[in-house]
Amino acid sequence: MIERSPLFNAISYAMMVIGFLIVVTPFWVVLVAASQSLSEIARVPMSLWPSAHLWENIEAAWNRADLGPKLLNSLIVALGVTFGKITIAALSAFSIVFFNYRARMVCFWMIFVTLMLPLEVRIVPTYSIAANALSPFQTLLDTLGLTGLISALTGVEVSLNWNLLNSYTGLILPLVATATGTFLYRQFFMTVPDELVEASKMDGSGPMRFFFDVLIPLSRTNMLALATIMFVSSWNQYLWPLLVTTDRENYGTVVMQLKALIPAQNGTPDWNVTMAGALIIMLPPLVIVALAQRWFVRGLISRDK
Amino acid sequence: MERRAYYRNRLLPWLLIAPQLILIFVFFYWPASQALYWAFTLEQAWGGGNVWVGFDNFRQVFGDARYWNTVMRSGLYALAATGISMTLALVLALFVDRSLRGTKIFQDVYIWPYAIAAPAAGVAFRFIFSPEAGLVGTLNGMWPGIWNPATNGAHALLMVIVCHAWLGIGYNFIFFLAALQMIPRSMFEAGAMDGAGPARRMIDLQLPLIAPTTFFLLIMNIISSFTDSFGLIDVMTEGGPVGSTEVMVYKIYFDGFRGLDYSGAAAQSIVLMLLVMALTFVQFKWIERRIHYA
Repeated sequence: MIERSPLFNAISYAMMVIGFLIVVTPFWVVLVAASQSLSEIARVPMSLWPSAHLWENIEAAWNRADLGPKLLNSLIVALGVTFGKITIAALSAFSIVFFNYRARMVCFWMIFVTLMLPLEVRIVPTYSIAANALSPFQTLLDTLGLTGLISALTGVEVSLNWNLLNSYTGLILPLVATATGTFLYRQFFMTVPDELVEASKMDGSGPMRFFFDVLIPLSRTNMLALATIMFVSSWNQYLWPLLVTTDRENYGTVVMQLKALIPAQNGTPDWNVTMAGALIIMLPPLVIVALAQRWFVRGLISRDK
Repeated sequence: MERRAYYRNRLLPWLLIAPQLILIFVFFYWPASQALYWAFTLEQAWGGGNVWVGFDNFRQVFGDARYWNTVMRSGLYALAATGISMTLALVLALFVDRSLRGTKIFQDVYIWPYAIAAPAAGVAFRFIFSPEAGLVGTLNGMWPGIWNPATNGAHALLMVIVCHAWLGIGYNFIFFLAALQMIPRSMFEAGAMDGAGPARRMIDLQLPLIAPTTFFLLIMNIISSFTDSFGLIDVMTEGGPVGSTEVMVYKIYFDGFRGLDYSGAAAQSIVLMLLVMALTFVQFKWIERRIHYA
């Protein structure tokens, strides 16, 4: 503090408490509602103090929305996206920063452009690819006349087909295919001093040795940041899983189940069960953000600027 | 900073970058070109592939009064949600930045909304704003029928906007606080010596210095109002009552996947993609010329 100003400090605390209430109230309401019985939650105005029915509500929500398998699916997708993105991002950033080839700036810009358009904005075109992820290559072969050539030479009709609907790959791959992580890594790799590269060259290590033994250990903090951001954003995906899984029974994720938890228009208004379900669904990313705050805040900021 | 030390290898860099390039080709560039193809063609009702129709799909989209309503609504939604969320986050960041005792607890909590899935927040806010339940619905007990987002379009839109603004607080707060913390202490001391009190320093010193971040966040928030709104609206109102909360992404989804009008949806997608690209472009241009301090 530069000067004493008790009045302004009091105002500061007051504002921070108001902000605290704004942010926390929805969380509190979810928790309180999830712990009340049907008759308690139907009361107007409802009590803002927790009651004793949290476990029964969680059990009811668990069964109604089939949360066990769905949580597992969400976990598989979130971890898949996180690992996939970290691997691909580290490798491609390594290629762009530490190798000198003519096309690297072109590659860089091609990857850069994908940052501009989030998946939700290009949902219709991306969906077209889901039924057959290899269709671009098939079309290329067809238009180049190679299909005819191959079938004439070998008698094999080329038909590339890879259906992504109702599969983990379908849920994961399109989310991996963006540039966020590549940028975080590129930003970090640029700060690695030239001397380090020269020293390890002199010690006789090749590029991959340098990558695994020097860069990866150095970028551990970045990796944690990226992992947190990726885990949270992929766990919270809604539109893409909704489209790519028609078989919800087996491939649905928890966030898709939220809608199934809402009481029907003329049914029993058992919002207590709904809130218990919402509580379970929002908990994993919240815990991760709360724990990994220190790293991910730094990552988020260097990613986007 | 230009790097001087490179590895030399003909094949290796391509192998390293290949997975990323293949993925963006399959899931980004190819689909985008497909969208262009659909936007300029129309599937024939009796099969037999698509026929070239030029700008007909766009003409149809732009000639539809309902589409323009959706665009206006998206604009209102974007501005209102962004305005509320950024103002709140900025005020909180300004006070947290004074680092009074105990501030850390507040700081940690303000980040929480960032972790929450839009549809999950949507469910929570739908309950909070439910006309029958005992929170905002209590108003109906005092003045019957004063609040009902299920039938009143303005109420429904307000409810969705409030929820969206709440969701954005965490992200905006992180960036505002980081920007504020980068301002050198010496500037405050200089300001204080010149007789500027804390409030005066906030307005005349901190706000102008974080202008680049404010602008960056403005664009990010507007883009997120196009993307995150889908989950919220689908869970809270499904675009209703009578289309009063239908925004651009929701209409694309509805026309494309429920109405199976791919050409119309593709044309709308192209418009939205161009809009988002224009916004991003403005942002990059601005960041190039951003103010440097410290």
